Amino acid sequence: MEIKKAASAGTLESSDILVSLEKGENGIEIHLSSTVDKLFGQQIREIISKTLTDLGVQNIKVIAMDRGALDCTIKARALAAYYRATESTDYKWGE
Amino acid sequence: MMFVPGNNPGMMTDAHLYGADSLMFDLEDSVKLTEKDSARFLVYNALTTIDYGQVEKVVRVNPLNTEFGKADIEAMVKAGVNIIRLPKSETPQDVIEVDNYITECEKKYGIEVGSTGMMAAIESALGIINAYAIATASKRLIGIALGAEDYVADLKTSRTISGVELFAARSQLLIASRAAGIAAIDTVFSDVNNEEDFRKEVQLIKDLGFDGKSVLNPRQIGPVIEIFTPTQKEIEYAERVIAALKEAESKGLGVVSLNGKMIDKPVVIRAERTLELAEAAGIYRRA
Repeated sequence: MEIKKAASAGTLESSDILVSLEKGENGIEIHLSSTVDKLFGQQIREIISKTLTDLGVQNIKVIAMDRGALDCTIKARALAAYYRATESTDYKWGE
Repeated sequence: MMFVPGNNPGMMTDAHLYGADSLMFDLEDSVKLTEKDSARFLVYNALTTIDYGQVEKVVRVNPLNTEFGKADIEAMVKAGVNIIRLPKSETPQDVIEVDNYITECEKKYGIEVGSTGMMAAIESALGIINAYAIATASKRLIGIALGAEDYVADLKTSRTISGVELFAARSQLLIASRAAGIAAIDTVFSDVNNEEDFRKEVQLIKDLGFDGKSVLNPRQIGPVIEIFTPTQKEIEYAERVIAALKEAESKGLGVVSLNGKMIDKPVVIRAERTLELAEAAGIYRRA
């Protein structure tokens, strides 16, 4: 689905991540700041990238500010931001 | 049953570690209108990822007559939640509509029809009047619960420490649940710093006959477990009642007595209940 607008989901509270998406042209471009970047930065990038790739996204700019979120939280925030950015409610649960 | 706000990942990840029998992830009142979608994704991914062990997983969804209700139910059924909790149930039809939609979702995702349970929260005067009809509206229902904040607003009064304003509602809800053969869960006690009055309220609802209490904070779990757990003396008495019953049965006696007192059916039922609670608390195992 087409990215129609810039959108974000999540918070800057502990154990959460704020994921912001906007139109991009250079593949899935992730700018991450994280309190646990050295240990988990690569993993966080991979989760965001996989979540968006699975949705068929090819080009997008991601700005993510992490406060120690678990994998399931990162995925949930990326999904919520994506559906907001595409202005879609056609959720695909379990895919 | 501990309430966990549906848009708070910090609370969601460790909520099962505090000893609650069930966790109720909330997509309704604790989530802002603008965050309903995000909370739904968060709870869905938590339920499908985090191992909550033996703790029962309940999700309070938004009402079906809102734009969020159907999406909440579909996501939570797919996530494999144990119980869908309906807020603000006022008529049997409210329960039937949700039951039907759960069935639709179970079929869509190849989940055994009927495997998703339901709980109905009653939060208004009309709901209390219809409590028995609500409690018997679906085979999925495992319990009904009182939501006091909305109920007292509907009654045009306010919450008091004594809980006098809830007496009729608690009694009617409890009687309805017992007549329907399902559980009765009491409302929350909002002042988490007031343990003394919280304990009084838990004792009151236990004495009324409730099966459990909704809590807002892990600090409230301990007192609920403590008050609902039978004492050693109560367990020993219950064991003696059951033993006396078995002995009388083996001898073919119609009348059961213990220490010279007749043991009739209600005494046996209460003894069974004591042992069930002790087993649930993990302090007793029947031979």
